[in-house]
Amino acid sequence: MKNNNTEDMHSRWHDMGGKPAGKLEFSEHDFELWEKRVDALMVLASSKGYFTVDGLRRVLEDMGEKAFSEMTYYERWMASINQNLVEAGAYTLQELGEKMAEVANRGLTYGECNAQEIEENMNES
Amino acid sequence: MPHDHNNEMSPSGHPYRKDQDHPLTYWQNLEIAVREILVEKKITTEIEIQETINEMDNRTPSNGATVIAKAWTDPSYKQRLLTNASDASRELGFDIGPLKLIALENTKSIHNVIVCTLCSCYPRNLLGLPPDWYKQRSYRSRIVKTPRTVLKEFGLDLPKDLSVRVHDSTADMRYIVLPMRPHGTENFSTQALEKLVTRDSMIGVGLPKSA
Repeated sequence: MKNNNTEDMHSRWHDMGGKPAGKLEFSEHDFELWEKRVDALMVLASSKGYFTVDGLRRVLEDMGEKAFSEMTYYERWMASINQNLVEAGAYTLQELGEKMAEVANRGLTYGECNAQEIEENMNES
Repeated sequence: MPHDHNNEMSPSGHPYRKDQDHPLTYWQNLEIAVREILVEKKITTEIEIQETINEMDNRTPSNGATVIAKAWTDPSYKQRLLTNASDASRELGFDIGPLKLIALENTKSIHNVIVCTLCSCYPRNLLGLPPDWYKQRSYRSRIVKTPRTVLKEFGLDLPKDLSVRVHDSTADMRYIVLPMRPHGTENFSTQALEKLVTRDSMIGVGLPKSA
């Protein structure tokens, strides 16, 4: 690839300090429950020794710039956590595939597909 | 639960998102599946996950404000904070774990700002989860090159004779800004001082509220 900027030849996309970018967007949002759960999975998986924050970042950085613009922050985290856990042998891709299909069959929304909440609702009624 | 408050604002003044009622996304499907597998394999429990979220929710910028107000009122604490901010924040119950925390003192000649250009490293033990803009390309790219322009977008127009220092965090080393104590607060209690310390003043993109 032709690139006359020597600085750019040595830095990867995520190393964005000093690169041109637009104005700040100040909108903030409260984290959704599923996003907090992703964060908690990272905290727990790393504290239990499955992988480190460096492992999280390795996968995030390898996703490339397209993922940075097309996926949300915790979507990227979830993808990375999953890859790290598979690599660490916590579960197999087959187990994951079966579980994901089972989850998707429960309903249409996040709430409907969440077995824990289905259980809680049953206990309440 | 968030879906009970669709048209209201949250305690922090942000709109709730209808996270439970939207069609399940691929990534949400993955999150549920991974969580359930980890629970089934007894790697974690639903209770442990909920407790981790509760701890996360309990970490807010008021932790940082407690540290800053203590440093403003207790010179020996301030010294300990500037020497080893990990230990000094642990002393007040805000453990940063194995990470290294460095406190940066603002003075009449130096104003400090923190960033993580590579990702989103942030002093979570003192400030909670980072705001969206802290993770954006715009902040991470520009604050290190044109800090005064970026700070103006935050409404902070610093005098030319004040040096601006930008500190880039890493996964293992985080920063917190110790802002200058506002004028006219000599007789303020520590609790009253805490109320003047804003999140943005501890990131360096704002100043404490004035007395």
